[in-house]
Amino acid sequence: MSYVLLRHRDIPDINTLNVYKKNGGFEAFKKVVTKMKPGEVTDTVKASGLRGRGGAGFPTGVKWSFIDNKIWPHYVVANADESEPGTFKDREIMESNPFQFLEGVAIASYAVGANAAYVYLRGEFWQVAKFLDEKIAEMEEAGYLGEKLFGTDYSLHIYTHLGAGAYICGEETAMLESIEGKRGMPRIRPPFPAVYGLYGKPTVVNNVETLTNLPMILANGADWYKNMGTPDSAGVKVFSLSGRIRKPGNYELPFGTTFRQLIYEHGGGVLDGRPVKAIMPAGASSSFIVADEKVLDMQMDYATVRTLGADLGSASVIVIDDTVSIDWIINKTIHFFKHESCGKCTPCREGTYWMMHLIEDIRDDKHSTANVDLLLNVARQMQNKCLCPLGEFSTMAVVTGIERFPQDFKESNKQVLTEPA
Amino acid sequence: MTKQVTLTIDGKQVTVPDGMLVVDAAKEVGIDIPVFCYHPKMEPVGMCRQCLVEIGRPMMDRATGKPILDDKGAPKLQFLPKLETACTNPVSDGMVVYTQSEKAKAGQKANLEFLLTSHPLDCPICDKGGECPLQNLTMAHGPGKSRFLYDEKMHLAKNVPLGDLIFLDQERCIQCARCIRFQDEVAGDAVLGFDERGRSTQIVSLSDPGFDSVFSGNTTDICPVGALTTADFRFGARPWELSSSASICSQCPVGCNITFNTRREAMSDGRIVIKRVMPRQNEEVNEIWICDKGRFAYHYAESEKRLSKPLVRKDGKLSRVSWDAAARAAGEAIAKAKKDLVVLASGRLSNEDLFNLKSLADQMEGKAVLYTHMGGGDLVSLVGVGQGTNFGSMGEGSTIVVVASDLYEEAPIWYLRVKQAAQRGATLIVANPRETKLDRFASFVIRYSYGDEVKTVHDLTKKGKIGDAFVKAENAVILFGSDGLGLDGSTALATACARVLSDTEHIGKPNNGLIGVWPRANDQGAWEIGFRPEENLAGALKGKTVYVVGADPAGDNPALAKALNGAEFVVAQDLLETETTKLADIVLPVQAYTEREGTFTSGERRVQRFYPAVPALDGTKPDFAVTSQVAKEAGVILEGTSASVVFDIMAEDVKSFAGLNYARLAEVKPQWPIVGRGDLYYGGTTYENKHGLGAWLSSAAGRSEKFTLPRVQKVEELRPKEKKLLAVPVTKLYDRGVTVESAKLLNQRIGEAFIALHPSAAEQFGVEAGERVKLSLDGVSEDVVVKIDETISTGVVLVPRSMGLPISAPTEASLKVAKKVAVR
Ligand SMILES: Cc1cc2nc3c(=O)[nH]c(=O)nc-3n(C[C@H](O)[C@H](O)[C@H](O)COP(=O)(O)O)c2cc1C
Ligand code: SF4
Ligand code: SF4
Ligand code: SF4
Ligand code: FES
Repeated sequence: MSYVLLRHRDIPDINTLNVYKKNGGFEAFKKVVTKMKPGEVTDTVKASGLRGRGGAGFPTGVKWSFIDNKIWPHYVVANADESEPGTFKDREIMESNPFQFLEGVAIASYAVGANAAYVYLRGEFWQVAKFLDEKIAEMEEAGYLGEKLFGTDYSLHIYTHLGAGAYICGEETAMLESIEGKRGMPRIRPPFPAVYGLYGKPTVVNNVETLTNLPMILANGADWYKNMGTPDSAGVKVFSLSGRIRKPGNYELPFGTTFRQLIYEHGGGVLDGRPVKAIMPAGASSSFIVADEKVLDMQMDYATVRTLGADLGSASVIVIDDTVSIDWIINKTIHFFKHESCGKCTPCREGTYWMMHLIEDIRDDKHSTANVDLLLNVARQMQNKCLCPLGEFSTMAVVTGIERFPQDFKESNKQVLTEPA
Repeated sequence: MTKQVTLTIDGKQVTVPDGMLVVDAAKEVGIDIPVFCYHPKMEPVGMCRQCLVEIGRPMMDRATGKPILDDKGAPKLQFLPKLETACTNPVSDGMVVYTQSEKAKAGQKANLEFLLTSHPLDCPICDKGGECPLQNLTMAHGPGKSRFLYDEKMHLAKNVPLGDLIFLDQERCIQCARCIRFQDEVAGDAVLGFDERGRSTQIVSLSDPGFDSVFSGNTTDICPVGALTTADFRFGARPWELSSSASICSQCPVGCNITFNTRREAMSDGRIVIKRVMPRQNEEVNEIWICDKGRFAYHYAESEKRLSKPLVRKDGKLSRVSWDAAARAAGEAIAKAKKDLVVLASGRLSNEDLFNLKSLADQMEGKAVLYTHMGGGDLVSLVGVGQGTNFGSMGEGSTIVVVASDLYEEAPIWYLRVKQAAQRGATLIVANPRETKLDRFASFVIRYSYGDEVKTVHDLTKKGKIGDAFVKAENAVILFGSDGLGLDGSTALATACARVLSDTEHIGKPNNGLIGVWPRANDQGAWEIGFRPEENLAGALKGKTVYVVGADPAGDNPALAKALNGAEFVVAQDLLETETTKLADIVLPVQAYTEREGTFTSGERRVQRFYPAVPALDGTKPDFAVTSQVAKEAGVILEGTSASVVFDIMAEDVKSFAGLNYARLAEVKPQWPIVGRGDLYYGGTTYENKHGLGAWLSSAAGRSEKFTLPRVQKVEELRPKEKKLLAVPVTKLYDRGVTVESAKLLNQRIGEAFIALHPSAAEQFGVEAGERVKLSLDGVSEDVVVKIDETISTGVVLVPRSMGLPISAPTEASLKVAKKVAVR
């Protein structure tokens, strides 16, 4: 099977305009602009079953249809913040298959009637941004971006925008604030961006990978896409595989691929041949899945992973073997979230800070049992109270780690707290 | 009318306007949902998460759009799995809210615990202790025991000056952003912000100088903890030791309602003194805000220059005498003077004081002269804003014109409220010869040259965008000031304003009419009572018997000192020793307005009562009583026992006061938002108004009287001559006026005396920004620092009033480079 998203692995130099064009590049965009109504594009995307790859898995076409057509202008924002620990797929796409991504941005923009689109990249991606700027300029030169495209009245400009290195700016409303030049802090929702987005105007925010699917869907049709993956989760997904794995990296596979296939067939198995103890399917924001033989044969799609008490999220699969103690991992995730909490709301700002002290105390083996109980209690107390999902994310690994791996938090467990071998 | 919505909160049925937030709806029926970040005057942000409640909404049948009913016929409710914030959710029909359920209470309690993990145990030494929302809520609902290890608490800086007036205690801050949002949304000075993120988030000042806003003190009222304190009150007293008295700010014509907090204290030799000034709610005047001048410039009454004994000049020296002797001497002089009596009084005095003075002048057939540089109050009396006027109700459909005034400097709370009206959709037209802070919020900015005021106002009725915005507006108000104008210039301007308002029928109704941005709090009252300024004041004093009250002409202007020296006899009545009292023949010491009662008339022509806050200084009396005593000796009987009787007599006598009485001014009615009531977290420490909202005077237009407006008097046009500079007076909020000078805190804000020049004028005279030069006006010279203002015309030099150089009207100036010393 050939690649849908990571097509550079099949086609060398697809990151040059000519090679991209030769391989059908911009045909889809040209087709939608010259032959389709915006609503038809949205309908096609709805029919394809494409769901957002940024984490929530929300049906993309449905999201577009929420755009308020009474208020103008509209904007499209591509979420290239990619800050979830363990996620590194958008970067590969943008670096190696940039035109397909940008064409996706263009198709989405046409579908919702946006004449300006922004690509918001995390600050560390400044080189990627520079690279994209060049590619955007090439597209303008070649007449794929700019005024009155393909002889129609439709105009589109794409701009890159760099963040300053904050995980929270991946959250869509914080991102919009950041583009507006304000502090990256989430807004209260509702209103959702589709109604009140960038500069208060209706806005669609989509993940890089989501958007990169679009040219292929529009070129090959909704059915072609829907036939891949599972009924619940159509199409292909780039799985970012990391952790105690022989061959970490990005793997583009259809939804429904099993954990075992990903880890053993593609990832080459666990380091030192150890058994898989736990899986974090969505980076640091994950709940822990207790891995056993049965679980390894489960399919990776949104619905199935949910039955395991976790979310597939951005599909950043972190493999944990029996040399790693769960409390060591949650020490890392808590520090991460404590560091990234924007500070806007009380439970997250204070809770992550409190949890950090508790996990440090647990590491230092002070009053362990009491502290573990308290940590679990604090994490639960934070839940359902935070302003945005980040605060909720910060509790996932903590609660599921302590609940599902109690032995790793026992004072008797001497292996606890050691760095992984 | 907006749609009404009915919902149930804790079992109580509530009907409120659609769009109202759950937290406000609860407040209406007396249910206090705890909040920290929410404030009824600002947009909700939902960030503190304290107001967590359970909200159920009727489930709707998608097909029919009707509520789904359960077997008992009641609508089925849908609750989200999580608690919701009452401050961000608008009410809807059939909504059911539980604020006190186990789940809601647990959520609120949990959130409090989170807040307290970072909060220091400061209550015993915290200024907010005793009136602190966090303390109160913790006492009521908080956990009894800390589960967070004390050793792990954050330790942060505890006295960070955000500016010279406001200090931040970083440990106490709960990051609710009320202060940031107040400065941004309400005050329009976005000078505060957050720095860092997460638990390291800190409030910082973004301006230079720090916290550069004349509204900064308000943040300490709405800060829900003791994180923000004023340099003035910081560690000054515990809130429960304080008594409070209702009063009116006397610093400018807005007439903000305030509360004086007082305490008897050892450090003041056992006297009762004012410890702080707090806003008192009056939604039609100042809402719940005051400016920093009103808040901090109250120390003058404690000045060492206070006069406490009547003095009479004997053998060239002022010596102490009894009140009887002093009054007798003054009365005799006045009786002798008859027509030659000139009562010279200022708008610092209360209506009652002025009324007695005017009655005395009338009885003697003398003159009652208003001490001011600004004219036009008689016109405001005719076409002043109608009863019921409220900037807070202006928005779309209203046009507000501000001409020749820098409201931010001259009447800060008007600035704030006009700005808010503009943001609500009112059309704001700002006409001024130089840039002012209000320009940013204006739909139209008109920049004219000094001297073109009248023409500019006439042009408001010309066809065109601006003309249409004014003429066709449903409501129109003009605020006129005296930026760059003296008496005749401002009178001409006022006349022009009155005429265009009258021609366009923008008079005699609420939210329509004329407002004067007066230099003093009660100038409008003085005009109503019949005081009129004198074109040639020095000339008018010569050879007369002058009864100067509440003014220091001799200190303000050497020419007036000379004139007073040439007067037949001078009786000076004042609070403090001044240049004028020093040259007087008789000096009568009076009480500060904080020591007595009375009324002021605001620029919007609202009469409001003030009450005694501190005991009067021994030996002093209220002005109206002194005047009554003096009058008696001159053979005139005036009421002198109580302000209330004087007021009621005045209401009989002065048309615009007709129908009012002293008691009515003390009436209150419910106001929104509800503040006070002991829950400090909702509105802040602002005081509830229990002592009177005041009442409007009527205008001739409002009474539908026939009147003719005078023609605009041609003013001698002073234009800058070649190679010469025309000095024009402008007003600064923090000047060397006696009230500001005695507030040590504000001294740094006064700064050095300065002048402002256009860059090309500076070049022409070979001076640079920051340089010290010598400016001479009418023979008086002063060292001043040069500022550059690109927005003024080239031939003028701006000279601030009350900063050392006597300037009451535009005048020619000469400029010399004194010494080339660069000042910072
Ligand atoms: C704390 C937080 C971080 C997020 N980070 C990212 C991110 O780095 N990249 C991303 O695409 N979406 C991220 N999201 C999800 C976005 O808010 C948003 O749902 C997404 O970009 C929508 O695109 P999609 O519909 O194509 O998935 C984040 C969400 C949260 C709450
Ligand atoms: S949950 Fe955390 S990241 Fe989200 S708004 Fe609250 S403090 Fe900020
Ligand atoms: S200083 Fe006060 S008002 Fe400002 S954010 Fe902190 S607690 Fe809130
Ligand atoms: S605006 Fe005027 S009346 Fe109000 S507090 Fe300030 S100086 Fe006093
Ligand atoms: S979140 Fe509602 S008051 Fe702060």
